[in-house]
Amino acid sequence: MRSHHLLGTMALLLAAGCAAEAKRPQSASSARPADIVTIARDPFPSTYRALPGRTTLIRGAIVYDGRGGKIVNGMVLLQGGKIAAIGPKIAAPADAVVIEAAGKFVTPGVIDIHSHLGDYPTPGVQANSDGNEVTGPVRSEVWAEHSIWPQDPGFTRALSNGGVTTLHILPGSANLFGGRGVTIKNVAGETSQSMKFPGAPYSLKMACGENPKRVYGSKGQAPGSRMGNVALMRQTWARAVEYKRRWDDYTARAKDGKAKPTDAPGRDLQMDTLVGVLNGEILVQNHCYRADEMANIIDMSKEFGYHVSAFHHAVESYKIADLLKANNVCSAMWADWYGFKMESFDGIQENIPFVHAAGACAIVHSDDAGGIQRLYQAAAQAMANGNRMGLNIAPETAWEWISINPARALGIADRTGSLEPGKMGDVVLWNGDPFSVYTRPEKVWIDGALLFDVNDPRLRPVSDFELGQPGEGDVK
Amino acid sequence: MRPLFALALLLAATPAAAQTVAIVNARLAPGTGGAETVENGTLVIANGRIAAMGANIPVPAGARTLDAHGGWVTPGIFASLSNLSVAEVFEGVPETNDARAENAAYGAALDIAPAVNPRSVHLPISRIAGVTRAAVTPEPGKSIFAGQGALIDLGAADPVTRARAFQYVDLSQSGARTAGGSRPAAFLEFRNAMRDAVDYARNPAAFPGGRERTSLGNRRDAEALVPVVQGRQLLLVKVERAQDIRNVIGLKREFPALRIALVGAAEGWLVAADIAAAGLPVISYALGDLPESFDSLAATQSNVGRMVRAGVRVALSGQGSGTGEQPRKLPTDAGNLVALSRIPGATGLTHAQALAAITSVPAEIFGMGAQTGTLSPGKIADVVVWSGDPLELTSTPVAVFIDGRAQPMVSRQTELRDRYLGLQRGDLTLRYKRGPSPRTQ
Repeated sequence: MRSHHLLGTMALLLAAGCAAEAKRPQSASSARPADIVTIARDPFPSTYRALPGRTTLIRGAIVYDGRGGKIVNGMVLLQGGKIAAIGPKIAAPADAVVIEAAGKFVTPGVIDIHSHLGDYPTPGVQANSDGNEVTGPVRSEVWAEHSIWPQDPGFTRALSNGGVTTLHILPGSANLFGGRGVTIKNVAGETSQSMKFPGAPYSLKMACGENPKRVYGSKGQAPGSRMGNVALMRQTWARAVEYKRRWDDYTARAKDGKAKPTDAPGRDLQMDTLVGVLNGEILVQNHCYRADEMANIIDMSKEFGYHVSAFHHAVESYKIADLLKANNVCSAMWADWYGFKMESFDGIQENIPFVHAAGACAIVHSDDAGGIQRLYQAAAQAMANGNRMGLNIAPETAWEWISINPARALGIADRTGSLEPGKMGDVVLWNGDPFSVYTRPEKVWIDGALLFDVNDPRLRPVSDFELGQPGEGDVK
Repeated sequence: MRPLFALALLLAATPAAAQTVAIVNARLAPGTGGAETVENGTLVIANGRIAAMGANIPVPAGARTLDAHGGWVTPGIFASLSNLSVAEVFEGVPETNDARAENAAYGAALDIAPAVNPRSVHLPISRIAGVTRAAVTPEPGKSIFAGQGALIDLGAADPVTRARAFQYVDLSQSGARTAGGSRPAAFLEFRNAMRDAVDYARNPAAFPGGRERTSLGNRRDAEALVPVVQGRQLLLVKVERAQDIRNVIGLKREFPALRIALVGAAEGWLVAADIAAAGLPVISYALGDLPESFDSLAATQSNVGRMVRAGVRVALSGQGSGTGEQPRKLPTDAGNLVALSRIPGATGLTHAQALAAITSVPAEIFGMGAQTGTLSPGKIADVVVWSGDPLELTSTPVAVFIDGRAQPMVSRQTELRDRYLGLQRGDLTLRYKRGPSPRTQ
């Protein structure tokens, strides 16, 4: 039996936690597993395999480590797919490819916590428009990964122009409960399974505000107002609590040999996702623009015993950055989008630096196939806007907004998001200062494999869709 | 940098109708596309015009002096294709969006000018980012003809500099849908409209059309297209696919007086030589590099560079009315094209070309090249003093002059920013905290 099946049979009820759980011996339970009905936790397991890389030493560069550190004239060693070392001086292993990078910059790969690549791909035709299950406000049973079209040309642009190595694909925001989001490595293959970030927790996409109430209110359905949004969200969480209680009770009885498989509660895929949240295994990524609504969501999360990982499109986070800090909730933000909806009317260009300055967790996100190519530029603009207000944010600090902070909010900070020994070899070499508009990625490594090289035409991926088309992947 | 900001504030605080100002110690980037920048230069603004610019220009007696400390000075940004001041919350509150009249019986006859709102919050927001002029463009509703756009002055109490400055028609894939479902339908609608205009011009009294809304619409639309078919009004043609561009060039052979500028032209690079030979200017989004539709399968960030290299005049525009669309992004969009010049296989622009694509080229396309768009003496003083390289991510204007007047560097956004800076929650709620307002200055 393959390991992911083991994971599945271990089921829901092995308390909280995720990755560590897989290693726990099954003898922890006295009942025979076959007699206990369980809910598979990973029925679409990752088949991602790191591509082969070469031992590589980059030296002479300015290095941002992704968690606030900077080394001038620094070195980074990639070995065995990992960051093997980072520092001012590293001896080159005998087999190492040595890259002289004077005048260039090295950073961790960019992480986008909010993307719809694959589920709203280009070309933007209705036939491939799969990001929203607009058939009911509670659709937590749908999973974004089942909509991902791996041939979306956007993945390649995010790699070659954006230096994006990890991205989180979310369902859209038509629904209060939009479904599960999935974290993927930007290594486009033939299946979404082949892109899935091994061991990354799922997310639950939630949305407050204008979208759900407009989509359903206009059909004469609930929710038709913001209070309707909150009411339906609370009712749904209450159902999830009951569902969890039934399964907890059944499982405890089954373990004691007092329940038969036919006693197991009925499966409800909507509730499975929500129970994952209540158990701390699935992270909540909550679309929410307005400050007052974020405060309501925080209270609701306390009522039902879960934690919001990040508010997305959090245009008004600057108004309650102190509250967000106190509740340890990240804000995923654009540098300057504003004014297109009523709930974005109060957007300011200092949102990101103000959230950062308050000591809260700031993230730059894209939500856009163009924006994902320029997240580093958005970070630069946000930093400069903050510094004009006297905030004195260093570039190596601002880089956290597109590396370690999104990694934390996605639950993968122990594996990527910074240049630390043992972490994944997700690295970008820039042809200059990445906070200059004149700079682009020169080389991008993912898990130590060189997957983009601006000077090597063979290392410019082209999606199947673009083969034989006049653009040919924009790689000429 | 601080003294410069302080000086800019001082300037802005003075009612400055016809002030004489000398910007000294400046790196003058003229916006012409070819000429070199002038280091250590001086630019003199008098009577609303650029009086002089260059390396050894004396400061006139009595002039207010602004020391740029070696910083860049450029012409103001000219935003091609914009919904500035005609759409307040353009997506979420459609009743505030006058760019598109989806249920109107009229098309070409629609005139955007009455929708221009001098008190739109977006004007100061764009203005303090260095945008001094814009072409306000209607969007197509029921007809492929969206109507007539206006040129606006972001520093004027009455912003409309020229109403009915251009007509807009969509002959792209989306225009084909509007026309009834196919490109043949769109091109037929276009030809029919041109012939109607010719007929109308020949004898307005004989032109058919009753008093019903739709037939009156036809009559008014025909009337509105007379200056287009006679070449007296610029026609913007939205088109993306290379073959559609060639078909539009063909229309010009059929209606030779047409003065066409292509809009979009995502696949323009495939037929750049044809566009250049036909002498058509192009207004294009700089950064589209994805096959957004089957109209734009060849999209590439090298599109603009390749067209310019072929001899096409290209102005940069925003993406249309997308969520991230703001004219204030034009300088960094232009900067991104400069970045391409370092990418093997890509074609970018020089810094001077990129600056021209957001200043002088759009001014020329919209018929204002003689008045604005460069730092040439005699032109209207639309001038921006920057904190750094104007195309850089970390730069911002420190002073903006429009028609020679220093603009207040405040907006609704800066008011919100100042209210929440530091989140100082005191004895009163933040509702009581107010700073300088664009209304009070």
